[in-house]
Amino acid sequence: MKEVLKAVVNVFLKMPLGFMVTIKYFFRKPVTLDYPHKKRPMAPRYRGRHYLERYDDGTERCVCCGLCAAACPADAIYMEPEENEKGERRARIYEINLLRCIFCGFCEEACPEEAIFLGHEYEFSDYERSSFLWTKEQMLVQHPRKDNPFKRIYRRVRKAYGAPDKIS
Amino acid sequence: MILISSVKVIVVVVAVLTGCAWSTWLERKVVGHMQHRMGPTFAGPYGLLQPIADFIKLIFKEDIVPSGVERVAYGLAPVLSFIPAMLVFAVVPFAADATLFGHEIKMVISDLNIGILFVFAVTSLGVYGLVMAGWSSGSKYSLLGSLRASAQMISYEVSYGLSIVGIVLIANTLSLRELVEMQGSDSIWFFSNWFVFKQPLGFLLYLTCAIAETNRLPFDMPEAESELVAGYHTEYSSMRFATFFVSEYANMLAVSAVGATLFFGGWQGPYLPSIVWFILKVFCFMFFYIWLRGTFPRFRYDQLMSFGWKVLFPLALLNVIVTAAFVMLD
Repeated sequence: MKEVLKAVVNVFLKMPLGFMVTIKYFFRKPVTLDYPHKKRPMAPRYRGRHYLERYDDGTERCVCCGLCAAACPADAIYMEPEENEKGERRARIYEINLLRCIFCGFCEEACPEEAIFLGHEYEFSDYERSSFLWTKEQMLVQHPRKDNPFKRIYRRVRKAYGAPDKIS
Repeated sequence: MILISSVKVIVVVVAVLTGCAWSTWLERKVVGHMQHRMGPTFAGPYGLLQPIADFIKLIFKEDIVPSGVERVAYGLAPVLSFIPAMLVFAVVPFAADATLFGHEIKMVISDLNIGILFVFAVTSLGVYGLVMAGWSSGSKYSLLGSLRASAQMISYEVSYGLSIVGIVLIANTLSLRELVEMQGSDSIWFFSNWFVFKQPLGFLLYLTCAIAETNRLPFDMPEAESELVAGYHTEYSSMRFATFFVSEYANMLAVSAVGATLFFGGWQGPYLPSIVWFILKVFCFMFFYIWLRGTFPRFRYDQLMSFGWKVLFPLALLNVIVTAAFVMLD
């Protein structure tokens, strides 16, 4: 008898409340997106895949000093230097292992030339491990490039934290 | 006559299988939206081709037969759970009688005069498939799942049967066709003769027991993903698994169709063609099923048992006694 009464109370008083909750959400807009077709806007400070900056005349900013590799806590950066035609130092090999990288952003912090930045790209799925070894050619930006949005954000963030400006 | 019957059989089987396929889509979509997700969106508009994609995927999967299974029973089990689910549709009238070239065609495959009895006999056979699957798999999860299925079936079969005795007492017939015709009404209140208003308690009991009979949430003890991996079909893969999956949905459709026929006047309804009314009512049942799944968590096993025996069974008996008294006094 007690069980029957309890069941009756549940069916007529409590279960409708539960049904109301789910049907309310059924008619609401879902919070998830139709992902590959629509993407959520990234936070400006998001740290995605790296890219290497150039000067306005097209020469690479990176001088292969090795500070980024020294700062890297995951030991993901490998580089070998060489000289370009003007006798300036630049990287012959510059590789980042994206499987090791933890996207901490220490490399862009450490870089004295403002050469390396972390972009907004986060979809790196691939079929082989070897394709996660990103080379200098893959990371260098196209030559004629007007603006670097990431550099502006990066400087603003440094300023906000009271860090000194780098030589540029 | 044979020709007409075979055409009806083919039409009904194809319709039920299509219904099963798109019920999976409906379930994923509705539950998805209830959980703030979008559900399938990739295959076709609104993911409508998802069942076809699923079917192709399942057909091309490797059919793994684990070593140590009882092969004959293992192969037979999916079929045994699938066929009873389909058999129910043999007696469910899906539209008003039509006349074609002078022949009167009854829109039901077989107009049995003991239709309801047939339905209840056949639906309880479905558990043999689950028990065989669980036993032959040679896996503890499967065995536990099938044990639960049989215990649950025995407990709920009683109330399930008793829940419709009230209707039978009022209508004085077991034929589903006659029951549907009895529920028709020409007045504006076209639903006034539906049995759901004469047997509200019977309807609630039927609904609850039907969910337990089809092993759906919140009574899905035989499957219980979080406890038994996948319950009785843990060891099944490829098309054998798909057969279990389809038979679950066919069972849902079957109890929905029988529920619509018994309590909501079957194909009876104004303006729209009778077949549309029937599909609409079945759809409402299916939506309720999915809604229930999106709302409530699974029962604990002892709760399930005590609910079946201490609540549903006395209520079903009460319903029968009260109805019988009213019928006698009339």
